[in-house]
Amino acid sequence: MRLLDSIHFRLSTIFNRSRLSTDMEDELRSHIQLRADDLERLGLPRREAERRARLEFGAPSRIKEECNEAVGGTFIESFRQDLRFGLRMLRKSPGFTAVAVATLALGIGANAVVFAVMNAMILRPLKVPDPQSLYGLEHGSDNGYQSYPDYIDLRDRNRTFDGLAAYNISQAALSTGDSPSETWVEEVSGNYFDVLRIQPYLGRMIHASDEQGPNSAPYIVLGYAYWHSHFQDDRSIVGRTVALNKHPYTIVGVAPPEFHGTILFFHPDIYVPIVNQEQLDGANFLNSRGYRWIFESLGHLKPGVTPAQATADINSIGAELDKTYPNEDHGRMAFDLARPSLYGNFLGRPVRAFLAALTLLSALILVAACTNLGSLFASRAADRSRELAMRLALGASRARILRQLFTEALLISLMGGAVGLYAAVLLMRALSAWQPFPRYPLNVPVSPDAHVYGVALLLTLASAFLFGSVPVRQILRMNPNDAFKAAPAHALGRRITVRDLLLSAQIAICALLVTSSLVAVRGMARSLHSNFGFQPQNAILVDTALTMAGYTGDAVPPMQKKMIEALKTIPGVTDVGSIDQAPLTEGGNTSTFFSDNTADLRPSNAAAEGYLYNISPGYLEAAGTTLLAGRSFLWQDDKTAPRVAIVNRKFADELFGSVTGAVGRDFKLREGTRVQVAGVVEDGKYFGLAEDPQTAVFLPLLQSPANVTCMVVRSAADPQAVTASIESTLHGLDPGLPIFVQTWNKSLEGALFPARVAAMSLGVLGLMGAVLSITGVFGLAAYSVSRRRRELGIRMALGAQRKQVLEAALGRAFKLLAFGSSMGLILGILASRVLAYIVFQATPRDPVVLAGVVAAMMSLGLLATWIPAQRALSIDPSKLLRED
Amino acid sequence: MPGQAQLLPGTLDLLILRAASLGPLHGYGILLRIGQISGNALLIEQGALYPGLFRLVRQGFLKASWGTSENNRRAKFYELTSAGRKRLREETESWNRLATAIGSALAAEPEEI
Repeated sequence: MRLLDSIHFRLSTIFNRSRLSTDMEDELRSHIQLRADDLERLGLPRREAERRARLEFGAPSRIKEECNEAVGGTFIESFRQDLRFGLRMLRKSPGFTAVAVATLALGIGANAVVFAVMNAMILRPLKVPDPQSLYGLEHGSDNGYQSYPDYIDLRDRNRTFDGLAAYNISQAALSTGDSPSETWVEEVSGNYFDVLRIQPYLGRMIHASDEQGPNSAPYIVLGYAYWHSHFQDDRSIVGRTVALNKHPYTIVGVAPPEFHGTILFFHPDIYVPIVNQEQLDGANFLNSRGYRWIFESLGHLKPGVTPAQATADINSIGAELDKTYPNEDHGRMAFDLARPSLYGNFLGRPVRAFLAALTLLSALILVAACTNLGSLFASRAADRSRELAMRLALGASRARILRQLFTEALLISLMGGAVGLYAAVLLMRALSAWQPFPRYPLNVPVSPDAHVYGVALLLTLASAFLFGSVPVRQILRMNPNDAFKAAPAHALGRRITVRDLLLSAQIAICALLVTSSLVAVRGMARSLHSNFGFQPQNAILVDTALTMAGYTGDAVPPMQKKMIEALKTIPGVTDVGSIDQAPLTEGGNTSTFFSDNTADLRPSNAAAEGYLYNISPGYLEAAGTTLLAGRSFLWQDDKTAPRVAIVNRKFADELFGSVTGAVGRDFKLREGTRVQVAGVVEDGKYFGLAEDPQTAVFLPLLQSPANVTCMVVRSAADPQAVTASIESTLHGLDPGLPIFVQTWNKSLEGALFPARVAAMSLGVLGLMGAVLSITGVFGLAAYSVSRRRRELGIRMALGAQRKQVLEAALGRAFKLLAFGSSMGLILGILASRVLAYIVFQATPRDPVVLAGVVAAMMSLGLLATWIPAQRALSIDPSKLLRED
Repeated sequence: MPGQAQLLPGTLDLLILRAASLGPLHGYGILLRIGQISGNALLIEQGALYPGLFRLVRQGFLKASWGTSENNRRAKFYELTSAGRKRLREETESWNRLATAIGSALAAEPEEI
């Protein structure tokens, strides 16, 4: 009962504060009246009696304050007072407030964004039922590509998966009668939706019973978003027949809104049975065991099965398969289980590493921000030492003063956190809407959820505590008598403080970031002007999807020749050629090559491994690739002519020892075909800008047909005009042919993407680091100037020159700046080795980079010390002496 | 007033409890009662009584209610709760122990050591 009473009393003291306060006043007044009555009785006149009674009672406001404290509900009351006082103080120094809020907003905002990305990519489970037991298969920790027969064996023989599904990513032209539109397709195994436990939104899903051999299941399940955007939520769509690559297909259902396939950032438009692969891809690979083309196989573990057991189970099947089919180039049938959302470790590992690095950097930024705010707070407490000492002298307790300062810290961090979070949410929206590759349905859905808000709030409170506690020691050591003494309590010590170390570490990090971002930007600029082995300027790429338009097999090469001839007639076009996949756009096919005298064509006996392209006559000229020796292809190099190839310099050097000696020599392709080297071309970049020289082999189109065709059109004319004529020319040949036109420079963006992301994030972080270093140095310099005002004034009065005054006031800040910057520069030079993996020719041994870093750090120092320097110089000794 | 002693810290609560144990009293009455039972030997600032009173109410040793004084003024009256009575007993014992100990320590003569 007492506990309840006490709670009731406390609650009522909080909520009935005003009633309690009048109650208290009534009581104190009644006391004075009673005392006055007594005094009156002793013979004093009433007025005199009341005066005496009041005097004897003591100061009512102090008594009331003490009573409030005794009652205990006072925390809220004094917090409210602190809040009001804090707001007033912050309003009084808007410069300080703005700097502090901006600093913290940077720190909190950066962390919120990084955490949100981490949350979206790694922490939040995939939106499918039971995501915990869902695993994908991958080879070692490499990609998860699979051949169809291998998949079938794994699916049927394993005892640990509750069904194993598979899917491949492809493109197809979907037509509802009018012009076809390109869609992104997931070719899915019949059991796909049942294995993933996905229920239809409309109609039905595809089931295993639909699969009755190749091309037996002409059914489409629409993705919800595609249904929404292309069929306007038309519910009668189920059962309608549409054309997919000119084949009739029936729409059987619509997938639920929250399902987007199992890759986090790739959202397919439609789902089609994998057994109909021939109609989608133009060729049937369902029976080739050696050709790995299925993107991933995945499934739920059976209840009670551990990932280790499943791995062992799958690997024993893999070993059997390796034994049964020793000649199929599939080797490596060793599997790991991995989460499918980021395509296992293949993408997951670099993404996790990148995010971990970002998390670390943003945490560093927050720590730096807190250090800065700490020193700003300390210098502010020093500035206010008179006020604080006065309050101590007037009887405020140290605890009360500290609470007041913490309230101010909390106010600032809440404001900073709010601003930072707002900016972060804007950035997240931009990130979610960002489509780095317009051709592909790739994006990162980064949306702020309760976790993100929670983490932001936690960080805000933690940082308030961190930087709020910096001036604590100062306050505890403060002597109220100092309020009335003129001299500062302590001279600025010579010893190195923790704050100094933190600040120089922070400057070092900033210099590191500035160095890395400059290195990255310089590397990017250089890579744009480096030799790719082709000339992307004035070249336009035309992707044509012949399979989607219904061309397969023997119908393909004549159409390709016809397209090349037609494009050549466009005015201003100088050269036209075709290649199956343009270098530096989507990678390309790799293969192994054997020297002519190798009989046993096992992968381990290969003389070289490299890129394999199919090109038409005229491609080398259109791409601007220099022929070093021999000849380029002719239309005469067809099926009836001897097999020929063009190789690059590295291939020629490796297999034949020299460029000129290679022409006319023979080598073998993977399947054993003997080909003769007709020409040698320069080396180039094929997959990424930062790659080492790779071997590459080009085969003539007519001897080695390819369904995928990318036209390269060289023209010095305005790309837009040429693009329009290209489209009209090709649609003149076949109105139903899906094409995609882009300048080669534009499509290089994919290859530049990692470097650009690295440069961009380093740049943003470098900028944040710079801002923080500025506030940090500013805090230190301002602190030192305000503490040494008297000393500086006396020096000036004794005739010190401006230079000497500045040296005394700011020497320490500049020393730290110089020390931190050189540390950062050294770290940056070391870190550039890491950067060289992402950015082409990233080297800090570049006068522009070095000069840039030095200039950046110097201007940063100048900017940060400008105001304190002005303050130091504007000290008026005569005024200073009068003041005290 | 000469001959008055400063109150030791922490003893005011004990005195208040003792004063209130003799019957319900308002704040001024408690002050008078302390003066009376201590033979006016203790110096208490009048206002300083109230934080003590509020604290004891909060701790549940006193309970307070508004009433009318002997000369018809509205006043708040305090009386001991049962917890307060127990507290008074304990505090008195420990005070007596302390006082005896300090008294004998101060009375010790050199030859006794």
